[in-house]
Amino acid sequence: MSQAALADAPIPHKIDANAPPAIVLDKVNKWYGTMHVLRDVTMTVAAQERVVVCGPSGSGKSTMIRCINRLETHQEGRIVVDGTELTDDLRALDTIRREVGMVFQSFNLFPHLTILENCTLAPIWVRKMPKAEAEELAMSYLTRVKIPDQAKKYPGQLSGGQQQRVAIARALCMKPKIMLFDEPTSALDPEMIKEVLDTMIGLAESGMTMVCVTHEMGFARQVADRVVFMDRGEIVESGTPQRMFEDPQTDRLKLFLSQILRGH
Amino acid sequence: MSDTVATADPGYAAARERPPAGLVGPWAWARANLFSSWWSTAITLLLVYVILRALFGFVEWAFVNAIWTVPYNAQGRPDTAVCQNAKGIGACWAIITDKYRLILFGRYPYEEQWRPAICVVLFIGLYVVSAMRRFWRKELALIWVGTLAVIGVLMWGGVFGLQEVPEDYWGGLPITLILATFGLAFAFPLAVLVALGRRSRLPAIKLLCVLYVELIRGVPLISVLFMASVMFPLFMPAGVNVDKLLRAQIAFILFAGAYLAEVVRGGLQALPKGQGEAADALGLPYWKKTGLIILPQALRLVIPPLVNTFIGFFKDTSLVLIIGLFDLLTMGKVALSDPPWQSFSTEVYVVLAIIYICFCFAMSKYSRGLERELNRARRR
Repeated sequence: MSQAALADAPIPHKIDANAPPAIVLDKVNKWYGTMHVLRDVTMTVAAQERVVVCGPSGSGKSTMIRCINRLETHQEGRIVVDGTELTDDLRALDTIRREVGMVFQSFNLFPHLTILENCTLAPIWVRKMPKAEAEELAMSYLTRVKIPDQAKKYPGQLSGGQQQRVAIARALCMKPKIMLFDEPTSALDPEMIKEVLDTMIGLAESGMTMVCVTHEMGFARQVADRVVFMDRGEIVESGTPQRMFEDPQTDRLKLFLSQILRGH
Repeated sequence: MSDTVATADPGYAAARERPPAGLVGPWAWARANLFSSWWSTAITLLLVYVILRALFGFVEWAFVNAIWTVPYNAQGRPDTAVCQNAKGIGACWAIITDKYRLILFGRYPYEEQWRPAICVVLFIGLYVVSAMRRFWRKELALIWVGTLAVIGVLMWGGVFGLQEVPEDYWGGLPITLILATFGLAFAFPLAVLVALGRRSRLPAIKLLCVLYVELIRGVPLISVLFMASVMFPLFMPAGVNVDKLLRAQIAFILFAGAYLAEVVRGGLQALPKGQGEAADALGLPYWKKTGLIILPQALRLVIPPLVNTFIGFFKDTSLVLIIGLFDLLTMGKVALSDPPWQSFSTEVYVVLAIIYICFCFAMSKYSRGLERELNRARRR
């Protein structure tokens, strides 16, 4: 955690308390077979709020974030995204997935398509955008993540950090209202983490609603309005980054923070 | 690090630009692989001797001592005495020159055999066009429909002043190509649907696909063909008569479909789960996700086993002989049943083998090229 940018002061930021919430999770429960992986998870994310979710592996944080765009289904409770409740209704699901972008730990770029095609695919086929317009849009986002010159290459020809920035640009091309990040830097070599985090910080500055599962505590400190700590499928503690890191209330968070800090 | 070394010592960099002499080139290769020790040298020499002996023996039999024509008697029957005398010493290619029309086109009326000949050329043209990537667009489907329609008209006749030729008279290479082409052209899309169905979340569709694959795969092709030709008509209402070739064709499609479905499913399973999830997260609907993301990658992964199955089924078309259809191989047998030529099966089978090898080798060569081409972009 030597990144210079992360030592900066938190980005000044105001949330409109009267706006409708972006994401509501209300007593969400989920089981894999008999294993109870989400226990009464209740959380509200306001529009333009930036939430960092942390916790030990197996704590259910990835499962929770994947429930928000229904890559996983929950069995009990309600999840409301941008005013639409997640049910088996496919039309509601389509609406939600258009508004929610996701970035994965393993990038999941489409290896048989060029960088540009990766970015234009969804705007063309989901938003029905004309090809030229989609390419223009894609180039603008690729410029924003600082790799416009790689547009004609294939994902396999890029470094991990570059691939993850393309994945961010690809999600942004759908002009989502909410961005989900599932451990976006965990699969990266240390020297590439910074370039991805910088891209995410830039995104945060633009006012995007973000839910981010990460262990990058420097990033959390600088960007997050709120840190949520999960363990064994439940939310144990949440609060501002400063409060969470400097004055943890529960033993589980204290233990987790000591392990994280020892690891770095 | 290496940069600084190179600039500090230009001589070192120059010397390292190419490997030392004696490590590359055909002579170096031969020394490393064929003559690396006295033991390997001995084996190399022995094998060279064996191969040359076999090669000279074959050339002698097939060319030097071969008999290309035989005299015909007053009734137009061949006099094969010369061939009988040369048996075991030289090949009797006269049987091929005498019988090649029968082997290639079966009992199709002799005067009309230009029609199946054109059909064979059309089939080959269709393969060549389909193999070229620049023709991989929607219009290709139209080319297929058009070409197959022309082939149908040419074979059946009965229109445009062409004499009508019922399927009972068809035979030889056109039958083999019809069975293989229609068979694989219909079996492949069927296989993709079944493979997708086996992974469906809907239990009914999944069960149907599993049952289909397991039932068809559980029985030999010969018994499926038998069922199609003998049992199937028993179940049909009186008066309904589906002809033999069509029944064999359907049996063939169903059989090949089950095998290809498992190959395609292998590709679907090899694909990382994240690919489908990324497509889902972008909001792509199922068929777009399948057509644009999943299948292009999954099929690319299974080109080798796919072509393997294609080649297998191309050759398996010869099994239709047991239900009385006269494909290329069966026509070879028919040609050999003519008394004067009865003892010259080697020559006929060598020629048939060469024809099969041409088609199969073309498929395998093409698939290797395609794999290389499709993977080029993905290489790091």
